[in-house]
Amino acid sequence: MGLLDVLGPVMVGPSSSHTAGACRLALLARHARLTPPSRAELTLHGSFAKTARGHGTELALVAGLLGMMPDDPRLPEAHDHAAAAGLQVVFRTADLGDVHPNTVRIRTEGGPDGATEEVALTGSSLGGGLVRVFDVDGFRVEFRGGLHTLLVRHHDQPGVIARVARVLADDASNIATLHCARKERGGEAMMSVEIDRRLSQPALDYLAHLPYVHWMRMLPEVLSGDPPPAGPHDDGPAPARAGRIAGRDTGDGRDAPSAGGEEGAP
Amino acid sequence: MTFDELARHPGPASAFFLERETRGDADARDALLAKMAERLAAMRDSVDRGLTNDAKSRTGMVGWNAKGLHQAADLLDAPLLKRVQAYAMAVNEENARMGRIVAAPTAGSAGTLPGALFGVADHLGRSDEELILPLITAAGFGEIISETMFIAGASGGCGAEIGPSASMAAAAITELLGGDAHAAVHAGSLALMNTIGLVCDPVGGYVEVPCVSRNAFYSVHAVAAAQLALAGLESFIPPDEVVGAMASVGRMLPPELRETGEGGVADTPTGRRIALEMAK
Ligand code: SF4
Repeated sequence: MGLLDVLGPVMVGPSSSHTAGACRLALLARHARLTPPSRAELTLHGSFAKTARGHGTELALVAGLLGMMPDDPRLPEAHDHAAAAGLQVVFRTADLGDVHPNTVRIRTEGGPDGATEEVALTGSSLGGGLVRVFDVDGFRVEFRGGLHTLLVRHHDQPGVIARVARVLADDASNIATLHCARKERGGEAMMSVEIDRRLSQPALDYLAHLPYVHWMRMLPEVLSGDPPPAGPHDDGPAPARAGRIAGRDTGDGRDAPSAGGEEGAP
Repeated sequence: MTFDELARHPGPASAFFLERETRGDADARDALLAKMAERLAAMRDSVDRGLTNDAKSRTGMVGWNAKGLHQAADLLDAPLLKRVQAYAMAVNEENARMGRIVAAPTAGSAGTLPGALFGVADHLGRSDEELILPLITAAGFGEIISETMFIAGASGGCGAEIGPSASMAAAAITELLGGDAHAAVHAGSLALMNTIGLVCDPVGGYVEVPCVSRNAFYSVHAVAAAQLALAGLESFIPPDEVVGAMASVGRMLPPELRETGEGGVADTPTGRRIALEMAK
């Protein structure tokens, strides 16, 4: 946590944890996709579930899914913007277990022109606008949105971490944190790597082409308040540059995330 | 990072924090100061808007208090008191209207620091530029406290939200008025010690009642703490131990009193009525 994280974010009220933090979690969920979603199911836990409406949590989550930052003046009208953008949102409440009181699971699906991209992300708003994501598609991950985050879903086999670390080193990307967890031996694993600066396009393309890499996303940092380099926006499709980051969706059914939704929660 | 470490640092607290965050890198230092100046300007802007706007919040519970006090007669002949309270509520009422504010350290407690700091500065005719280093100190205090406990009503009640904000404000004012790191640490500690146990009980779950008036009260509390420390008074309990006490009391609070809107004034007949009305 740095000095600017304490005196910030600059945000639309009323709550740093329930509005700004919620917006950032949804923004990360949006960046974990290549295309804007057409449907989203948001499951609120604990204090999020109890006071969502009063704190503008629902508006903030919708705003984040549309690519808005916490200080976006359009945030209070997020529902209208969602309708205009063709985004359908469903809110549910549930006990997600022994997690932070401000936790939300964000499942997004669909996309423009019948696309079927599906990503589920679970994270907590820790207070003061800080956030932590600990689950993506049922895999245990660990990142906080203060740095650029590389997400790699890959086959669980020896040498993958070393390969990824080598590519990052060659790209002069310094690794701040690295977390890797698998669901079962020899199955699939997910790696979350927080790095000091965004990976170059050639490095991303190289990683994406590796046969054991099934899915990959490069998420921007969302805490500084600076607009992300190739961020999604609610009034258009993701820019072409983001499109090329496309990991490979295997298409063999292994990337259906819904069954594993709960497994990774601590 | 501990308050003990900070208190042993000669000179102002901001120098300690700047050095720690930028490690002697002049460019990083300039960039940080520039960002802080932006945050300060955004804070000032939220005060100005809040003092002139008296539109009600969505619930209708708040919205006109800051402007009302700002324009009221000063019956106590205490312009500093009135100014600090009006400024603090201005920010929180903007927040309740979903206006643009700076979380300091949270949105619910966003009025305390600007209320106290701008209130004192305007009272004494000090410029906004002179507030940038005190603002660094405020941020540093928040950072130290957050190493022990997440700053959020949901994790430790209002003592973990207004408490840090008042502590940050007390330290900033102490620095503005010439206090060194040692004095700032004791100002911050005194402010924090006297907010321990405050519950978080927002009516209907809205950050309005008690939050708006609470910021008015605790911005004054911060000024009072700075006054004590500048006169040489100290926190008898070492400041780092006070932070520990705040965290442990926060954890003892039942969930009803931690931002769920199910206890305290939120759980009064009127609080329940508002919750029901707004749920419709
Ligand atoms: S009562 Fe709760 S919501 Fe209001 S300022 Fe205090 S901690 Fe924040």
